[in-house]
Amino acid sequence: MTTLIDTRDLTLAYHGRTVLRDVNLSLAPGEIVTIVGPNGSGKSSLIRALIGALPPAQGHVTRKRGLKIGYVPQSLAIDPTLPLTVARFLNLPRRIGAGRVAEALRQAGVPDLAQHQMTALSGGQFQRVLLARALLSEPDILILDEATQGLDQPGAAQFYRQIEAVRRQKGCAVLMVSHDLHVVMAASDRVLCLNGHICCEGTPEIVASAPEYRALFGTGTQGALALYRHEHTHSHGPDCDHDHGHEAAE
Amino acid sequence: MLDDFLVRAALAGLGVAIAAAPLGCFVVWRRMAYFGDATSHAAILGVALALALDLPVFGGVLVIALVMALLLTALTGRGMGGDAALGVLAHTALALGLVAVSFLPSVRVDLLSYLVGDILAVSGTDLVVIWTGALAVLMLLSWRWSALLSATLSPDMARAAGVDPQREQFILTLALAITVAVAIKVVGALLIAALLIIPAAAARPLSRGPETMAAAAMAIGAAAALGGLLVSFALDTPTGPTIVSVAAAIFALTRSLQAARG
Repeated sequence: MTTLIDTRDLTLAYHGRTVLRDVNLSLAPGEIVTIVGPNGSGKSSLIRALIGALPPAQGHVTRKRGLKIGYVPQSLAIDPTLPLTVARFLNLPRRIGAGRVAEALRQAGVPDLAQHQMTALSGGQFQRVLLARALLSEPDILILDEATQGLDQPGAAQFYRQIEAVRRQKGCAVLMVSHDLHVVMAASDRVLCLNGHICCEGTPEIVASAPEYRALFGTGTQGALALYRHEHTHSHGPDCDHDHGHEAAE
Repeated sequence: MLDDFLVRAALAGLGVAIAAAPLGCFVVWRRMAYFGDATSHAAILGVALALALDLPVFGGVLVIALVMALLLTALTGRGMGGDAALGVLAHTALALGLVAVSFLPSVRVDLLSYLVGDILAVSGTDLVVIWTGALAVLMLLSWRWSALLSATLSPDMARAAGVDPQREQFILTLALAITVAVAIKVVGALLIAALLIIPAAAARPLSRGPETMAAAAMAIGAAAALGGLLVSFALDTPTGPTIVSVAAAIFALTRSLQAARG
């Protein structure tokens, strides 16, 4: 099994300030990994480094040769002066046939939108179109950067179910980011908590097996959302003396 | 019936309009209106330098516009935001250019022609320069069209799809510098940005896709250039400002059509 993306001692800086340090992360084909962390914890910087948009300050990012990334940005500000139908949008940067466009829209759960203007879509429709676009490249990995921002809770739950359905069908790996410490996908193989570095990681199941966490599961969202709470009073052993600047979920 | 100089003026106006219109669409989509302003205002500095060094005006303007655009790109990231920085640079460039020109006594008389253009004085050589530049801009834009659109929508998404947004930004910058250099004779440094933005903005209500908007902008720009030339000839008004005024009238028309449609 070849690793899709591998980082070694990755340190990232933004405007000369270190935002993330010593990240060792390995993404395997087909796995679902969720990154959580508060605002400013370096999540988006990490994503941008993984897709090649942000060069490492130190360390390395290694992508499998010919790796195809389907990237769903956290939002996309399309200027109202730019007329753009969904179909035209999906044909960027390369022309793709109408058949594949329709197929991708169907997989993303919005089969009827091809001739709509991008600026006329609702938040949920817009995110699904972005998902359809990411799927067009037949990606080895889907990377979603806070893709449910701006959606309400049921909308987000629906969107996550769509992602799960897509992954079952396509078998691609999924890396998602959430700024919301409470919410991660139940189907995640791993959850990474970021706060300037990887401060903890584990399967949601392990987390969920603790009674205080189990009580928080399944709040009427049909299992697509998991409420994941952890404390930051954990110990790192003698070599680690950092503090944690964010509060755990309530 | 048309004099030679009018034919040359019409051809010059058409050349500039068809290059400026599709580029102007990107200027509008990327919210670079001020960026275009700053770059074209810097052109006056290019005129002064070219005349002082006895170089062709086209070359001087091209180089200074390119330097200015690259400087602005470096200062403001993707060519957006940095409102104050752009405002400072736009007017500083114009002021410095005017000061520099004042050191050249022979040019002082001609200053107005570089500020608002002198399309009726276009020579055969000017026409070759204008059309070469215009075709170069059109070829650049059509060659990179899809990549430019992707980079305009989202630099990160473009990058994930294998498009280098910084390269696309540079292509736009280059196209902008060429357009400024060929347009200075036609509409002058003060009004180049108007010829970029107004046809594109006027084309917006008529368009459902980026390609149709670019085509409509070209048609509107061409109509404004020819219409402006005729109006200025009939009313004896300065040609560059008249062309821009006609473009503005078309803008008002398409906007009210859209408003009437609901």
